[in-house]
Amino acid sequence: MPAANPISSVNDFVIRFANVNGSGSASANELFARSILRMGVPVSPRNIFPSNIQGLPTWYEVRVSEAGHLGARGGTDMMVAMNPQTWDKDVASIEPGGYLLYDSTKPMPKSKFRDDINVIGVPLTAITNSTYTDPRQRQLFKNIIYLGALSALLDIDPKVIEKLIGEQYKGKEKLLSSNVHALHLGRDYALQNLKCPTGLRIRKSDKVGDRIFLEGNSAAALGAVYGGATVCAWYPITPSSSLADAFTSHCRRLRYDPETKKAKYAIVQGEDELASIGIVIGAAWNGARAFTATSGPGISLMQEFIGLSYFAEIPAVIMDVQRAGPSTGMPTRTQQCDIISAAYASHGDTKHVLLFPEDPAEAFEMAAQAFDLADRLQTTIFLMLDLDIGMNHRLCRPLKWDDAKQYDRGKVMTAEMLEAGTEFGRYLDVDGDGITYRTYPGTHPKKGSFFTRGTSRDRYARYTEEGAAYQDNMQRLLRKFETAKDLVPRPLQANAGKPTKYGVIYFGSTSPAMDEAIDLLEARGHVLDRLRLRAFPFHSSVSSFIAEHDFVYVVEQNRDSQLRSLIVNELSIDPVRLVPILHYDGTPITARFIARAIGDHLDQLKVTPLRKVVS
Amino acid sequence: MTYVVKPKFHHPELPKNKLGYTHRDYEGAVSTLCAGCGHDSITASIIEACFELSIEPHRVAKISGIGCSSKTPTYFLGNSHGFNSVHGRMPSVLTGANLANRDLIYLGVSGDGDSASIGFGQFAHCMRRGVNMVYIVENNGVYGLTKGQFSATADRGSKSKRGVVNSDNAIDMVGIALQIGASFVARSFSGDKKQLTPLIKAAIEHQGAAFIDVISPCVAFNNHAGSTKSFDYVREHNEAVNFLDVITGRAPIHVDYAPGTVEMVEQHDGTILALRKLNAEYDVHDRQAAMSFLHHHAAKGQIVTGLLYVEQDPQDLHQHLNTVEAPLNTLGEKELCPGSAALEKINAALR
Repeated sequence: MPAANPISSVNDFVIRFANVNGSGSASANELFARSILRMGVPVSPRNIFPSNIQGLPTWYEVRVSEAGHLGARGGTDMMVAMNPQTWDKDVASIEPGGYLLYDSTKPMPKSKFRDDINVIGVPLTAITNSTYTDPRQRQLFKNIIYLGALSALLDIDPKVIEKLIGEQYKGKEKLLSSNVHALHLGRDYALQNLKCPTGLRIRKSDKVGDRIFLEGNSAAALGAVYGGATVCAWYPITPSSSLADAFTSHCRRLRYDPETKKAKYAIVQGEDELASIGIVIGAAWNGARAFTATSGPGISLMQEFIGLSYFAEIPAVIMDVQRAGPSTGMPTRTQQCDIISAAYASHGDTKHVLLFPEDPAEAFEMAAQAFDLADRLQTTIFLMLDLDIGMNHRLCRPLKWDDAKQYDRGKVMTAEMLEAGTEFGRYLDVDGDGITYRTYPGTHPKKGSFFTRGTSRDRYARYTEEGAAYQDNMQRLLRKFETAKDLVPRPLQANAGKPTKYGVIYFGSTSPAMDEAIDLLEARGHVLDRLRLRAFPFHSSVSSFIAEHDFVYVVEQNRDSQLRSLIVNELSIDPVRLVPILHYDGTPITARFIARAIGDHLDQLKVTPLRKVVS
Repeated sequence: MTYVVKPKFHHPELPKNKLGYTHRDYEGAVSTLCAGCGHDSITASIIEACFELSIEPHRVAKISGIGCSSKTPTYFLGNSHGFNSVHGRMPSVLTGANLANRDLIYLGVSGDGDSASIGFGQFAHCMRRGVNMVYIVENNGVYGLTKGQFSATADRGSKSKRGVVNSDNAIDMVGIALQIGASFVARSFSGDKKQLTPLIKAAIEHQGAAFIDVISPCVAFNNHAGSTKSFDYVREHNEAVNFLDVITGRAPIHVDYAPGTVEMVEQHDGTILALRKLNAEYDVHDRQAAMSFLHHHAAKGQIVTGLLYVEQDPQDLHQHLNTVEAPLNTLGEKELCPGSAALEKINAALR
């Protein structure tokens, strides 16, 4: 059934797999994405999955983009419809001229299809059932068979897939050969019975380079290993559980003493999030580097301890893999919605340091850096990941580590310093940066012990309810937060090629969509300067960026423009100057969305595109 | 609180321990609890136990939650690091501290509100994990700082100072500790220092999760007729099963008990617990029997005290996690960071 205008595109399209959760499709789909990468063409896959173990619909979307756009695009050029539950919606979502690959074993009424798409039937069930008798094998190999058909339909080199299968089943020859066999069953059927390739094709390229392909959660966990974390306490919660799991497996490979076969780490699955952060704070108080991984509901539960960390000045690292809230919200959907609850976590006057990685490579770097910052600033550092970065494979620059780097353990007074008579006041600001010296428990028999408490205390850690001493301490904590501004990663500015009155601020996982949106906007005649925030507290360059523009869009993935509120509040910016661009339906933000929202806003203002003014 | 500064001078001939420290070296600030508070007696027992065991005060980390009991770490071991954390969360903070440095002695001090209500879960989980610690609950059955509300350990039918009768069932912390696997379980009474001090010593020597429930009457809110946690009531209903002597080091074992009444229990570290049996049938090595004994006597309104259960060769969390001998907080980048060469290999596997 050929459509009037079949989409024709090489190395630039979106394919979506509609599957049933728990049917084993994930590994076949990942194999598909990896094979395109191996052909040198960038891809960005995304899992769209339910909060469910088996039976509910799940999708896997792969955006193929030789130009290197890694953000979600929106729209589907080819649908691999393997789930009858979602058939109607899946078919409806295909772009006109797009393709539908389906299991044609049983005839379907014409009304189930569309005239303006290209329908490709492969009798997957028939092929599978005639080859395999074991029901589990039938289910698993069906996935590999459609992968084989796709290799023909999209002109993917089968040798590349075979090599990947070989790597995956190294040493398991039986599995290896049966997978390769299934691959060719599908491929041969397509070559013999269908028009191959379709209008959508993969052509070998060299646009991947030395980039690596990994999930943000795994990268952050590896950052924790490199950053010297020895204690991890956590409680299972989507979408952060895979971070703790990854830390466990990285440690198993990288953190055993070769001689004694003993672990240079301790991981405890806490009874809840309160215990997890309590363990982190106890360990860090005692001089170990410690972290927890959680998501929004966990942040809510940890509030009291986070306040203790702030006020008693104990290092802690919290990796928050954000998901859609409020309450249980949408546990398997992405958002950037914990900005305010993290920045001002806990009762009383508090402020916390947040880091905003854009991709797995930055998640690795910032995770490692978070431990230095926590020790240096003696407070909680939040690494603000989200489901989109955390649980999807993303193409990013290779991870790097400087072997000359030493951990910054911050201001720790040693037994030698105490012995030499150095004055010790746990909350005595000797350097004027708001950061005071601490001692680890057990340092010296007679000197340097102090009592840590969440109650008010004087500069020598003695309990007091004196207003002046309390204010003195609270002001020092503000000074410390000022110091943090120059320690955290600076914002990155990218100016338009020509002068413009408009700017855009964004952060975290919005990054690839934003980069692409800039191109789309330029095509519409709008140019903007960009500032990607990488941390809170905000560096002074944020104020100046806003001052340099008539108004600035603030793009974020939540309903209440949380980052914008933080900017308005912390930098005393007139809210009118910051225009919110908000995406919060739980799917990753797309370039199309950003370009449309900003473009329409600029059009509505009847702004003459700058190009014309200049000419 | 440091409203009153303790004078530093003391009698020149105060007895000294093996380290040359006197009893005064184990003291803290002056207590700000009510005069006659049972908690101050427990503080005195902790000081005595540490002095007698010749512990370096700075090698102890004392950690508490919130409440009257949780204030007491300020009143002993002034040269130790202390941590007055958040309500009901001492167990998690202590667990973390213990993971960071396995070489210190961890003394967790909590109360019945702190451990049987808000922190019930954390109490249970740190015991079941086998954190190597001494967990002391200073149990008075009431919330003192907030003026005498019942706590979860208050017995059903007991009367508050205002005359309200408690209708909720009581949580027996000792029963729970036994059930979830604490490897040392004891109960004592703040009014019986002779029983309590050796129990604390034995708990410190024990290399696993040691729990001591100390009934500690609240003189301000729970020491009246009708209370089951008053000095009078506890004295009248105290059913001690044994009396303990702790013998450490290489000192020759000198026993002057009548034969057959004493059981010598050797601990993993060589410490010997000399148990003078007050109840000939009671077996400190039988967890199930201990639980049943407790239930049986509780039904009769008796409070069973003494060393109730001990494992001679306990396992602790570090053994479960197979951690290195060196405290984790002493490891630096050399031991912890896999370096750039390993990272290159990881990169290669991700292409």
